[in-house]
Amino acid sequence: MAAAVARGCGGLWRRARQCGAGGPASHGQRAVASSATGGAVSAGKSGLAPWVPVVGLEIHAQISSNSKLFSGSQVQFAAPPNSLVSFFDASLPGTLPVLNRRCVEAAVMTGLALNCSINKKSLFDRKHYFYADLPAGYQITQQRVPIAVNGSLSYSLCTGNKMSQMVTKTVRIKQIQLEQDSGKSLHDDTRSQTLVDLNRAGVGLMEVVMEPDMCCGEEAAAAVRELQLILQTLGSSQAVMAEGQLRVDANVSVHHPGEPYGVRTEVKNINSIRFLAKAVDYEIQRQIEELENGGTILNETRAFDSKLGFMPEPNLPPLIVYDAKSLPANMNHQQVVNIDWIHERLPDLPSVKREKLVEQYGILPEHSFTLLNEEGLTEFYENVVKQTQMKPKKVIGWILNDLLSYLKQHSLTVKESPVSSFLLADLLNLLEKKVISSTAAKQVLAELWKGEGKTPLEIVKEKKLELIQDQKELEQICQAVIDGQENEVMAIKAGNQKVLNKLIGLVQRETQGRSNPVLVKQLLEKKLSE
Amino acid sequence: MLRASLREVSAALKEGRVSPTELCRRCLSLIKSTKFLNAYITVLEEAALKQAEESEKRYSRGQPLGVLDGIPIAVKDNFNTAGIETTCASNMLKGYVSPYNATVVQKLMDQGAVLLGKTNLDEFAMGALGSDTGGSTRNPAAHCGLVGLKPTYGLISRHGLIPLVNSMDVPGILTRCVDDAAVVLGSLAGHDPKDSTTIQDSFKPFELPNLTDISKLSIGIPKEYHAPGLSSEILAVWSKAADLFKSAGAKVIEVSLPHTRYSIVCYHVLCAAEVASNMARFDGLEYGHRSDMNKSTESMYAATRREGFNDVVRGRILSGNYFLLKQNYENYFIKAQKVRRLIANDFVKVFRSGVDILLTPTTLSDAVPYMEFIKEDNRTRSAQDDILTQAANMAGLPAINVPTALSERGLPVGLQFIGRSFQEKQLLTVARWFEKQVKFPMIQLEVVKRHDHDVVQHQKSASFS
Repeated sequence: MAAAVARGCGGLWRRARQCGAGGPASHGQRAVASSATGGAVSAGKSGLAPWVPVVGLEIHAQISSNSKLFSGSQVQFAAPPNSLVSFFDASLPGTLPVLNRRCVEAAVMTGLALNCSINKKSLFDRKHYFYADLPAGYQITQQRVPIAVNGSLSYSLCTGNKMSQMVTKTVRIKQIQLEQDSGKSLHDDTRSQTLVDLNRAGVGLMEVVMEPDMCCGEEAAAAVRELQLILQTLGSSQAVMAEGQLRVDANVSVHHPGEPYGVRTEVKNINSIRFLAKAVDYEIQRQIEELENGGTILNETRAFDSKLGFMPEPNLPPLIVYDAKSLPANMNHQQVVNIDWIHERLPDLPSVKREKLVEQYGILPEHSFTLLNEEGLTEFYENVVKQTQMKPKKVIGWILNDLLSYLKQHSLTVKESPVSSFLLADLLNLLEKKVISSTAAKQVLAELWKGEGKTPLEIVKEKKLELIQDQKELEQICQAVIDGQENEVMAIKAGNQKVLNKLIGLVQRETQGRSNPVLVKQLLEKKLSE
Repeated sequence: MLRASLREVSAALKEGRVSPTELCRRCLSLIKSTKFLNAYITVLEEAALKQAEESEKRYSRGQPLGVLDGIPIAVKDNFNTAGIETTCASNMLKGYVSPYNATVVQKLMDQGAVLLGKTNLDEFAMGALGSDTGGSTRNPAAHCGLVGLKPTYGLISRHGLIPLVNSMDVPGILTRCVDDAAVVLGSLAGHDPKDSTTIQDSFKPFELPNLTDISKLSIGIPKEYHAPGLSSEILAVWSKAADLFKSAGAKVIEVSLPHTRYSIVCYHVLCAAEVASNMARFDGLEYGHRSDMNKSTESMYAATRREGFNDVVRGRILSGNYFLLKQNYENYFIKAQKVRRLIANDFVKVFRSGVDILLTPTTLSDAVPYMEFIKEDNRTRSAQDDILTQAANMAGLPAINVPTALSERGLPVGLQFIGRSFQEKQLLTVARWFEKQVKFPMIQLEVVKRHDHDVVQHQKSASFS
């Protein structure tokens, strides 16, 4: 477990710090602090006590499986409406649920990755409410005894000026439960009708409940991002928010330090991580303003809540999972879910992958975050490292500063990059062998982006970017510059070393950037000392 | 032939003494002539004859599918039958054609049985035949002089059985004699992957042995089943039966199931709660009746359910919702579950003490005449009817009604045997022995066809008059 665990936001008196893109969609003149890593505080009206925002999350992750949680119909995104609906999904009378083993394994995997205790016996319940996209009039879920409880998730935020410091935080995972997804209803107001598509009805979900240990949109976003990476690494969910495979509801409240928690509201239907941060911060701000104006916070979704409780699902016996100790000798291992067996086969989680990258390549922790954050980037980086003599510590700069910014500018994924790892490695080798200067290398890269199929060497030759290798030629140019800059030479000889840079610049200009500045400096210094 | 046992008919078919189509036609004709009884919701004349023809072909090739090939059967209208209307006798499912067969229906079809039609029931089985939730197989069996078997919960698949109370429902078997019940049980029992509440262990169909040594048997007589309202006739029949076992050498002892008196109330709470939950799917959206009211989804739900369900059903849904309210859940639902555990434990204790089978009455009296029947409301009626049968459902135990004697009015009276979980073989063996001793007379169907409902004089049986 990572060190420095900071629960919630301590340090109420610290000033707000800017943090990434986490600023709220602010409106009004009030100087409300935006999200911060150390302490989220409202400056509030002068004289008023500061506010402590509290954020908890309920995350629904669609399980990546071939068929649904309790029936054999297929799971597929964007299929023709009502084409993936079995009799059970449509709630035809007389049909019964049959539990999908793969879904149980996905939940156990996720529970283990989040440091949870896996309940060897968990139960299924019916949660009743009437809605067009819930054919049976109830959802089968795990309210009483879910499959996994009491875990934790560590995530990191960058702080400080220039975002160079990383802070690790932890949020407690209350539980993970298996439950059915609902269908989709589309409201057609013009024709006063509702269209119902049951393709999604019955798809397996893992609901991950995060305790209110977060204090702002930024933390919530970082936690969700890390969860998303974990799920994708495990393969238990593809967790693509845009496809509805990861849905987040945020519970937000504010209170004064030392006082009990305030009324919480739910922010629902968040479908991107960026929007999550904004929406949470907006809600925090809204609540603060409301309360400072003497208003109260209303929990609107609560009013809508069903008064019906749960009922045990009578058609499903308790879910039993085993570990090596509890597994009966004569039981067919194919028929049971074995926690230990799953544990042994867990892949490296993102946090472990990052540590390994830092250790192996000597890069900074924040570099490892960026690598993992971008799909395919780690692989790209490692491929370049393999194919070049340049030190990995230097390569990372090219990956994160040059390649990644190009990709972002053109909204491309790593997969879509016109510059392959092979080409980039090739280019970096030229740089490493001092065939070109780093300025020239950037020019070559810009050319490579056009994707015209030329090799770096071809571009170098074409644009005549090679560094001048002939020492004599370089010496002549240096001499010419010295001869032409009497005043500067005198200033240097008088002790003003800074002026040397001007001379170097002049040589660079003469050579059209094809001189190695280090070598030029050496030559000039040598000549000037003669 | 129509009065013969399943085995006898099966033998006759095999030997060619009667053909499947002839048998089928005779049954269909009897159904027509007894139409006034309103026993069938759907009669499948054409389809049945076709099935009978197929069966005939198999017999002529000497390749019948089994002992059930060509045997006419009827299935209660709360079992799904593919391509055939399944209504649960409710407006809500009027015109609903099942797209699939219930597992038990499929198994019977696979054996070559001929499906004559779907039989009537109280709306959504809130008090009738062919499935047993509180006694709905055993009670009618007792009143009609048939064998009614309620198997152990989990022995027979409920997939395709439209549920009343999922934790108590079982498919029930109605036959003329105990042997037949064993035959049908043999073709229906066993694990079904589509029903997660069926047992995993494999089931082996069995033949019933002749019970020769009664002295090893211990029969328990639960004193609480001497319930208020038990007719003196039935009490006498019950006593005589106990004596019969005693004189044959069995150990007959009085036992106690102390929580019996709570079972009806407990049953009503749990039943209502599960009903409310199970009926939630009838919203008019996916299938079944949909109201014309379309101002809003909510108003459509409300109208659909008001039009689709009768008072009894709506009453149970309302009570069930009440018990499931968050503030009531602990006091009603959880409490009832706990009482249910106590009721089940009563049986466990008694069986552990060495008792093999329990002997009780099935009903409080013989069948009540129609005019009396319609006077009481459903809730009172079912409270009375189920009082002796329903604890077996609470405990999930197998139970069987064996027709025993005729009442003074000439109506059938039966007795109930309750056995240990999954010990159907033992239960049916004892029941069969008893059946042989009792020699209950065969039902004279021709007499029933008369439209006047005079009491008919039957031949009274030798031992039990």
